[in-house]
Amino acid sequence: MSRERSFNMIRTAVSMLVAILVAFVIILIVSDQPVESIKIFLVMPFSSGSYLGNIVETAVPLIFSGLAMAVMFKANLFNLGGEGIFFIAGAVGSFVAIWPKFPSVLAPLAAIVVGALVGMVVMMVPGGLKAKYGANEMVTSLMMNNILLGVGLYLLNNLLRDPGMASLVSYKYRKKALLANIVPGTRIHAGFLIAVLCAVLVYLFMYKSKWGYEIRMTGNNAKFASYSGINVAKVILIVHMVAGAIAGAGGIIECIGLHKRFEWTALPGYGFDGAMIAMLAGNNPLGVIGAAFFVSYLRIGADLVNRSSDIPTEMIAILQSIIILLISAERFLHKYRQRWIEKGEKK
Amino acid sequence: MNAFMKLIFTSDFFYSIFRVTTPLLFASMGAVLSDVAGVPNIALEGMMLIAAFAGMYFSYVFNSALMGLLFAVLFAVAAAAVMAFFTLYYKTNIILGGIAINSLASGGTIFFLYLVAHDKGTSVSLASKVLPNINIPLIGDIPILGPVISGHNVLTYVAVLAVLFTWYLLKKTPLGYHLRAVGEKKEAADSVGISVIRTQTIALLLSGLMCGFGGAFMSMGYVSWFSRDMISGRGWIALAAEAMGMQHPLGTAATSLLFGVADALSNAVATLGWPSDLVKTIPYCATLAGLAIFSIRAYRKNKNA
Amino acid sequence: MENYLLEMKDIAKIYGNGIVANEAVNFNLKKGEVHALVGENGAGKSTLMKILFGMEAPSSGTVTLKGEPVRFSSSKDAIAHGIGMVHQHFMLVESFTAAQNIILGMEPKKGFSVNEEEAVRFTEEISKKYNLEVDARAVTRTLPVGIKQKIEILKALARGAEILILDEPTAVLTPQETDQLFEELTNLKQQGHTIVFISHKIPEIKKISDRITVMRAGKTVGCRNTEDVTEKEISSMIMGCEMDTTIIRTPCKRGDVGIAVDKVSYIDKNGVQALKDFSFSVRQGMVFGIAGVQGNGQVELIDLMTKKRGLKNGDIRLNGESVKKMSIQDIRKMQFGYVPEDRIEQGIAGHESIEENMISNRYSTKEFCNKILLNYKKIAEFAKKNIESYEIRCSGGKHLVGMLSGGNMQKVVVARECSHEPKVLIAEQPTRGVDVGAAHIIHKKIMELRDEGCAVLLVSADLSEVLKLSDVVAVMYEGEIVAFFEETEGLNEEKLGLFMLGLERHDEGQIRRAVQ
Repeated sequence: MSRERSFNMIRTAVSMLVAILVAFVIILIVSDQPVESIKIFLVMPFSSGSYLGNIVETAVPLIFSGLAMAVMFKANLFNLGGEGIFFIAGAVGSFVAIWPKFPSVLAPLAAIVVGALVGMVVMMVPGGLKAKYGANEMVTSLMMNNILLGVGLYLLNNLLRDPGMASLVSYKYRKKALLANIVPGTRIHAGFLIAVLCAVLVYLFMYKSKWGYEIRMTGNNAKFASYSGINVAKVILIVHMVAGAIAGAGGIIECIGLHKRFEWTALPGYGFDGAMIAMLAGNNPLGVIGAAFFVSYLRIGADLVNRSSDIPTEMIAILQSIIILLISAERFLHKYRQRWIEKGEKK
Repeated sequence: MNAFMKLIFTSDFFYSIFRVTTPLLFASMGAVLSDVAGVPNIALEGMMLIAAFAGMYFSYVFNSALMGLLFAVLFAVAAAAVMAFFTLYYKTNIILGGIAINSLASGGTIFFLYLVAHDKGTSVSLASKVLPNINIPLIGDIPILGPVISGHNVLTYVAVLAVLFTWYLLKKTPLGYHLRAVGEKKEAADSVGISVIRTQTIALLLSGLMCGFGGAFMSMGYVSWFSRDMISGRGWIALAAEAMGMQHPLGTAATSLLFGVADALSNAVATLGWPSDLVKTIPYCATLAGLAIFSIRAYRKNKNA
Repeated sequence: MENYLLEMKDIAKIYGNGIVANEAVNFNLKKGEVHALVGENGAGKSTLMKILFGMEAPSSGTVTLKGEPVRFSSSKDAIAHGIGMVHQHFMLVESFTAAQNIILGMEPKKGFSVNEEEAVRFTEEISKKYNLEVDARAVTRTLPVGIKQKIEILKALARGAEILILDEPTAVLTPQETDQLFEELTNLKQQGHTIVFISHKIPEIKKISDRITVMRAGKTVGCRNTEDVTEKEISSMIMGCEMDTTIIRTPCKRGDVGIAVDKVSYIDKNGVQALKDFSFSVRQGMVFGIAGVQGNGQVELIDLMTKKRGLKNGDIRLNGESVKKMSIQDIRKMQFGYVPEDRIEQGIAGHESIEENMISNRYSTKEFCNKILLNYKKIAEFAKKNIESYEIRCSGGKHLVGMLSGGNMQKVVVARECSHEPKVLIAEQPTRGVDVGAAHIIHKKIMELRDEGCAVLLVSADLSEVLKLSDVVAVMYEGEIVAFFEETEGLNEEKLGLFMLGLERHDEGQIRRAVQ
């Protein structure tokens, strides 16, 4: 591994450490028993099988979200529509999980396929607008988020809603449509395996296939890609469709994996997480798995701290922004960068 | 349909247009100032949210609306300063820096909201203050037009001034020249000794200033409390307005007004009993459509060259 | 002991990535002289002047101005000390007027706003004083290159520059405009200014300078009085060793028409007619050179050929196929090579490796790809072969292209475009900013392709390159071919210059021969 790469990894690690330090500071200020709380934050997630299970199950949607963003970022696109896609794919996929009578393995598969298709098709709106007309994909995708929320809520309120339940939830999913539990004693479901498989596929796609090559060159220098004969508009559209499919699959998998009904009444909040995870992973699909686990660990830690003291779990958002700022700051630790690279070369 | 017409062609409706356009005007001027200088501020949403929270909280703490406004602006500018530091000095990608600030605002405001009000939803338990509405004598009495122009929150009038201020600043003042030069060709500015980083920092701080007013209006004028994610995407709509306004203050103000109309419409038709989930998406659909049309036209124009 | 106005002693500059741009450099200036700073691309001249102008800080060494040691922390600092710089690539805000560009950063005020009347008045005043005529109210975007340069010079003078640094000022001028510039410089010299003239064009240096400092590979080779050295001596100081860069051209074997440009007219989006009834053809096995000052339609012509702009009037055929019916992907599928003018903007993906860059025009061909997956082993081998054959200085195929020097970067581009036996090659400013050694390798490769039957279109502002490589030469002026020469024997830059300025023109019959 080149010194350059190893330095970037160190920088990432330092950023994560700084974030944890900030978490400490927050806990110190807010909690009545700071030391206890810090211990809970850091250590408790590892203390029991069921908590470890929580880390894994929380990581699943984060992996999907991270993969979708990694593909986007690799193409130098800043589409933040993951939130809306998760939501609408979950809503529409829920139809397939509630009513059609599919046999055991087919049922969840059908739901996932529908979710992915929904995500793919929806993403074609900001994708197409950007590919053909150069419309700012960040703004269009964020508008889509709000629009999809509205449409999804409409579906929930008017078509999916189970009138027999007091809260706003959908009908129950068919048992056969749910994803199987793979580790008894936890809530870890088959979606985890799908997520890992997805990461591997995306890795092969990005780094070994010719489409991945096109995407990477376009992301690096779109003018160069176009000049070399790469159809940049097609690439932009494909990236959106792939990211949409991944996010869509992630949305419905989260629903049929962890829930028994469609319960989201607001955007589930995986969009910005995905961006951060992609950055932590250096946009590498395999790295996304590790980054997702790290973020998941922070979340469970914050959750546990929240139960025992009064610290809101939103503290995570603060850590998130610090991580994003530090990792993407090219000049962070830049004084040490040169020394590190030179030391390596002297050997 | 008749009910719809009856709803739209009233002074009340037109009054509401200006009311809802207020935060959009501030935010879009913030977008113009930073974009012209070459540092597009995509954290308008987050900065307004922070300002809204600060305005609510400090007006409660000091029992004064003015103090609330002051702190709202201060905090927004501080957020802009953080963004400027990371993006200009530490060379963080400006888009990612914006995402970080938005994330910080979104979670951070709820975090502090819970700490001070023990509620993750709204701050109604706190007696925060509101900025006054102003009834302009004489003008307020003009039939039909009067109730549309007079009686707005003081910040609505300030918003109009903000547009004029932005226009004047960019076109006529030395700072405006510097901002434009730095945004168009930073080497040109550098070659005559203008500090690019300093100028861009000023642009971001001014952008934050605008967001400060916009956010303060939301929690101290539009409504009188702070609630989670209350900016509801207005920061993003402002970006779209600025793109469509081609970085020009007056054009941007015009498109902001257009989106304000969509927002006002959305509020008005909600009372007619149309499905509220779908009605709430009107402003966003309008923005999406506006941006799409704008991009298509720009593309066609370029192609025919 | 000479009383120098400026002394730079023992200057060293090592960049963060280890590149040594300046090492133990000594440079001095006498008041009122024109001092030429000479060296090939990459020799370190620009870096030295960037240090002088405060844009970079030296890693070590001292700078003494009027007897006082100085250390400039920014260009503002340097300007305050009376140093002005006119850069090679103009630093003007295109949407501003000439006056606004000149007073930028020192705007005259009227209350809170800029006093525009005063700006215009001031501009007109200094314009007269230094005999550099510019229209104060004209929008910079609309002005020709020669005027823009005047604005740049006025910018420096308006800030009280006593020492004027001009970085490759004649790169964008015709021979006649160059003469005019030299008159202006002599004028300034008489008014007491000191001028540093950076260039690598030896005849010009001989003409205008009093003393010469030669730099090579980051070091100073020597400082001489201009009248004491001959052109040959200067040349060998620049090169270091006698590098033979002659190209021997075998007689031209004209094959079929590879590139046919047929009555092309083009109006750009500002309504300017960039090309008027443009026609010529390039046959396989020959190099067709187009000479002309930049901005006379060359960019538009090539953009039309490579589908960056839409062709509506007239036709362009590559290997017999009209570009109107093809996309850039289709064109690339034919054996087509294109070395673009701006390698950084278009020619490379800076954050990717040499290997990835080397196959960007052929990644989906059977050679490197089996329908879905790329064959990285083959790609690595191919890259290695080219690295050796083009002598690209790097640490291997995985080296990031963005970290290479200009010359090596260009070699990657040329290697990619020339290594698949193209039948048509378009070379746009192929050796701009490239050191002599690399330029020679690139020239040799172009000639190899020509000998193998490729149709080569060479567009270059470097007249010596055009004359060296081309079998035939056309001169382009304001979107038209104004001259066509079937041989390059006896052609020189002076002669071509008259055509390049539009002062002379061949008759229609002669021009039509370009189509044969």
